[in-house]
Amino acid sequence: MSEAFAAALTCWPERGLPLNPAAWITAAAHRKIIDAARRERTRMEKQDSLLYETPTAAPPPGAQAEEAELEETAMHYPDDRLRLIFTCCHPALNPEAQVALTLRTLGGLSTPEIAKAFLLPEATLAQRLVRAKRKIQEAHIPYEIPRPERVPERLGPVRTVIYLIFNEGYTATSGSDLVRRDLCAEAIRLGRLLNELLPDEAESLGLLALMLLHDSRRDARNVNGALVTLEDQDRSLWDRRAIAEGSQLVEKALRMGRAGPYQLQAAIAALHSQASAAEETDWRQIAALYRLLLQMNPSPVIALNCAVAVAMSGRLEEGLEQIDGPAISGALGNYYLFHAARADLLRRLERWPEAAGAYRQAAGLATNQVERDFLERRLRELSSSQTDDARR
Amino acid sequence: MRYMMLIYSQETESGPAPEDVERIQAAHHALIEEASRKGVLRGAQPLAPTSTATTVRMQNGAMLIVDGPFAETKEQLAGYYILDCDNLDQAIEWAEKIPTGCKGREGSIEIRPIPEMPGLTRGSQPPNV
Repeated sequence: MSEAFAAALTCWPERGLPLNPAAWITAAAHRKIIDAARRERTRMEKQDSLLYETPTAAPPPGAQAEEAELEETAMHYPDDRLRLIFTCCHPALNPEAQVALTLRTLGGLSTPEIAKAFLLPEATLAQRLVRAKRKIQEAHIPYEIPRPERVPERLGPVRTVIYLIFNEGYTATSGSDLVRRDLCAEAIRLGRLLNELLPDEAESLGLLALMLLHDSRRDARNVNGALVTLEDQDRSLWDRRAIAEGSQLVEKALRMGRAGPYQLQAAIAALHSQASAAEETDWRQIAALYRLLLQMNPSPVIALNCAVAVAMSGRLEEGLEQIDGPAISGALGNYYLFHAARADLLRRLERWPEAAGAYRQAAGLATNQVERDFLERRLRELSSSQTDDARR
Repeated sequence: MRYMMLIYSQETESGPAPEDVERIQAAHHALIEEASRKGVLRGAQPLAPTSTATTVRMQNGAMLIVDGPFAETKEQLAGYYILDCDNLDQAIEWAEKIPTGCKGREGSIEIRPIPEMPGLTRGSQPPNV
């Protein structure tokens, strides 16, 4: 792990994402057969999708025969799936449309299934799909794999869509279900597909690794409907195979010397997963990785995570100071995780009244019942600690 | 299919800096030359600044004539191109070459498809620009 980390440190600032067209062409030529049931479903879906771009502007009458022929040639599976991925994730479509289309055409999910997964009325989802398809048709978004020079910039949105799907499954944004596993499994499947079709893309490997590592904790994270923090999780419930695969993937990615945000986040997740107990966590390396990540992506949320890592590496007060600094507190005043993080550090510093105040603020801003319950539980635990203190 | 590229730019009192003016004009000329050569140019014009604009609006059945552009926005329409492209990706590649600092500051290009009207003949010769 440290060797890969060193490689990332020395190489990432200089190189961008080099494209290796030879690699993806050869790899695409040697494809494994994708799960037959999925393939059949997707093939049937494509018949009603409007994603075919025929050479003329409007489909000629009697396009049936032509489409049937296209179906036959479209058995060159990998190319066709690539076309679908790039079309569904075209930047000219808005993110919700990208997600809906990807799940519908590549994920083989039905409209009601997608609606349910996103807690949306079916009619809303259906409208979204209709509008997206209309945009593709009327603006002539091509059903094509982008030119090799354009693939790197077009891969970004593809990865974003996959990660959005994963995140939706991982943390519900409302309601009381913390993990909607189907979406996570779907996102991981799409991540595998992406890596199969366009191999040797460091960030795509990083993305898959990140999802596998997060997903490995699903059984320990949500116990009887209650949220369990990383620190308190029963690590025997972690999926060791997923951790092994995820760790292996992130090391492979980092060794390519093109470190990026997904790889770094995956490396952090791997470090957590490799600790047999919370106390064994290598917070110093995690903090260092967050600092690298911050350079690439100077977001206040990442700065927050960095500050927490600093705090946990034995520098509680320094971490708290960083959190209270303008860069973080100025931007994240309405973000419940900011207050939750503050509360947690204050709790570790035994500054009970301040911790209580922060937990209350966090609970007020949480959008998820499970997380709200967790914060309120912490609040109750605090008052008992305060009472214990008072008694001493 | 034809696409209109609408150039939106923030107008400043003084317009672009003198050194930028030459660069911007050169970029437009190069683009027009290339698009003509490839047979895809269908039109291109700069527009006079919004201080010269007049807006005519239908309101409550009456015609209202007002000084100024359609809406007071930070970025205003500065000019346009009409290009004949195979698909949106091609249109985007052309749009990326259009300079947007024409009125003083960087801006945006909106790409709008021009729907085909069946039965109307489209001019196939690029205009004399």
